[in-house]
Amino acid sequence: MTDLLTLDKVSRSFGGLRVNENISFRLAPGDRVALIGPNGAGKTTLVNVISGDIPPTSGTLHLEGDNITRLGIPARVQRGLVRTFQVTRLFATLTAADNVALAIMQRKGLTRRFFSAATNAPEVRTEWEQLLGTLGIAHLARITVSQLAYGQQRLLELAIGLALNPKVLLLDEPAAGVPHDEAPKILEAIERLPADIAVLMIEHDMDLVFRFAKRVLVLANGRLIFEGTPQAVTADAEVRRAYLGSYADARRPA
Amino acid sequence: MAGLSTLAKTSDRAFPFAAELMGVLSIAALGMLGFLLFPDDLAFLTRLIGITLLVLSLDLVTGYCGVATLGHAALFGVSAYAVGNACIGGIREPILLLGVGIIAGTIMGAISGALITRFRGLPQLVLSIAIGQLVAALANKLSSVTGGSDGLSGITPDPVLGLFRFDMYSRTAFTFSLIVLAVVFVLLLRFVRSPFGLLCRGIRDDDLRAQMIGATVYPRLVIMYAVSGAVAGVGGALNAMTAGVVGLDSVSFERSAEVLVMLVLGGAGNLWGALFGSVVFQIFEHIVSATNPFHWMTLVGLLLIAIVLFAPRGLSHGVAVLWPKIFKRGGRA
Repeated sequence: MTDLLTLDKVSRSFGGLRVNENISFRLAPGDRVALIGPNGAGKTTLVNVISGDIPPTSGTLHLEGDNITRLGIPARVQRGLVRTFQVTRLFATLTAADNVALAIMQRKGLTRRFFSAATNAPEVRTEWEQLLGTLGIAHLARITVSQLAYGQQRLLELAIGLALNPKVLLLDEPAAGVPHDEAPKILEAIERLPADIAVLMIEHDMDLVFRFAKRVLVLANGRLIFEGTPQAVTADAEVRRAYLGSYADARRPA
Repeated sequence: MAGLSTLAKTSDRAFPFAAELMGVLSIAALGMLGFLLFPDDLAFLTRLIGITLLVLSLDLVTGYCGVATLGHAALFGVSAYAVGNACIGGIREPILLLGVGIIAGTIMGAISGALITRFRGLPQLVLSIAIGQLVAALANKLSSVTGGSDGLSGITPDPVLGLFRFDMYSRTAFTFSLIVLAVVFVLLLRFVRSPFGLLCRGIRDDDLRAQMIGATVYPRLVIMYAVSGAVAGVGGALNAMTAGVVGLDSVSFERSAEVLVMLVLGGAGNLWGALFGSVVFQIFEHIVSATNPFHWMTLVGLLLIAIVLFAPRGLSHGVAVLWPKIFKRGGRA
């Protein structure tokens, strides 16, 4: 099977600090991979490098065989490499429906239109109504984002990611800050994703990792120290020393 | 958003062009009101309409895209000079001259947008001032094209549609300007609700998020700036044609600062806010400066302080809050 995303010896330093060092891994269609590691291990930096937010210091990234190391953020998104943010980044003065509709219209190339209908155009509307419905926030469609509760914003963040029809979806702690009764909705939405896309999820909650992931990557001090099944991870001595020993602290980040 | 646009939105389902109709009716009503209040000073109202177009133009980049600029008069002034020169050079048909203004404004908008939107925050603001000052200095120096400090005079366009002469009471000038304003306003109402307009508002909210849905930010901002330039160009063209003279004031820093004040007064990010801010400010200034020639600036200052204290998000937002309370409907909009 051809790989969707390939990282080859990717490193990123800030000054003398090596935040990511020689990281190589592959994501194939259908992969459900969790990226775990203690706080400060470089997980979010790695996602930033993959999404194009910051360039790698060295190493290469390939998406479906094409070198994307030098591509900007929009070009990566247009090729199907989509991320969500750990701290929600939404269009705060627009409604929930507008937020998702913008992603849909951008994907369909409609945002070059100057005089046609936007969010309420039929081909856009059916899609965002369905997406918001899937996540159980259809009733919030006409509410301005700045007035939504944080957990609802997290769900909306995921809805935007899904609206872009990703091939590779990077989820940066999708469940962080979501109230316990709403967290299952996020997992349900992730489990309902098309089978052929690859999902990489940063997550602290080991219960969620075990439910979601078929493969786990462990990052510590900027290096990839382990790759294997969730069961193998808990059995590995080095991982325990590096991560699971401090798992109790990491589980409830401040 | 403004009470008026919310109201228009709720009635959207009943009638597809409700917002547009509301725009035409509002401008017609404002025009009638102006005609009744200042029947002997249509020249003032005509000037007011030109400036209103500049405030609308500024709203497109500042209100809808979040670009801070204190050099927007450059777009207006360059178009006014272009139209003046075209008219003196032989193009006298008013509709054609409007076209000249739109083209000049669009080009000037695209150029300044390409420079200004490369930066963010204070560098952006300073660059906008620099461009404004550069244009003002050139207007002063290139007196063969601009007439320098004497101004460019002798602009005498033909009758509108070959029928209506520009008369000394400014009746034609006023009516013509009002109709042009109504057309531009309606087009803009539609434009800001389009997918492109919505994306610009998204970029204003969070440009990294906009990139993360696959949108390239910079070209969009330049395009919006060009559209803004076209609108400013209409204002500049009207100003040149109806006044018959273009002075250095049309590219001045004061002009740029004043339109920003009008926009904030009315409420940025809202076309109705730009419209009412411009009308209220200029009428207030006109009345106060006539009744009290010595202290009128003080009174204008007091008005601004009052607005900032009691309606910090502009008049249009104040109306949006009060509207449901007065009319007891649209409260659930």
